[in-house]
Amino acid sequence: MNMRIPILKLNEILIVSLQWELDDQTAIQFQEDLLKKLHDTSAKGVVIDLTPIDFIDSFIAKVLGDVISMSGLMGAKVVITGIQPAVAITLIELGIRLENVMTALDLENGMDKLQQELEA
Amino acid sequence: MAYRSSVDIHTEWDIVAARQLGRNEAKKVGFGTVDQARITTAISELARNIYLYAGAGKIEIERLNEDGLFGIAIIASDEGPGIPDVRKVMEDGYSTSGGLGAGMPGVKRLMDDFRIDTERGKGTKITAIKWLR
Repeated sequence: MNMRIPILKLNEILIVSLQWELDDQTAIQFQEDLLKKLHDTSAKGVVIDLTPIDFIDSFIAKVLGDVISMSGLMGAKVVITGIQPAVAITLIELGIRLENVMTALDLENGMDKLQQELEA
Repeated sequence: MAYRSSVDIHTEWDIVAARQLGRNEAKKVGFGTVDQARITTAISELARNIYLYAGAGKIEIERLNEDGLFGIAIIASDEGPGIPDVRKVMEDGYSTSGGLGAGMPGVKRLMDDFRIDTERGKGTKITAIKWLR
């Protein structure tokens, strides 16, 4: 049941699309896989697209927040894209604020934002 | 007759099973996507608390129909150590697990009715209800 999340590389950017509900183990595995891929490819940015995800609990939010901080330590910038209205509402009601996290409406906007950040 | 189904919580995988059951039941009751997300998230938090603090317990999901008012109840119960200070766990930002889990105030905000019954050494039962509007 434990499935690895594919991480694609496009030029200097890693692209991740979360397609299914994350269990704890998959989330932790993803954290390790992404950092290893950053190290192996010397990518400078990451886009994590959450479009198909219909809920995020505090655990997944913590894993996401942590992986963003960890990527930052390795010199990479991360943009989160595609947060659904229901997810945004429940995260804030739950009391979770992903502060200092770059976000964009969708993958396209996220790629643009990241390119600008990397060129800046 | 209220329809009730349940998932025993022993492992991390059971947390996934519990929230899937909850989402399916929420859909059947007729909740929209935002309330489905609220209910699923609340179940995930409650199930994780059982897993972290009590080790084992269960999540029951009950479809409610009271005087034509439809809703869903999440009943999270365990025979763990109980909560020593209920007032404290209802304070925002209080956590004994180092920030894992948004805590009870978050779950309370996601749902309409929220109630904790706990006894030290005996266990905890949390009932959270969402009504269909």
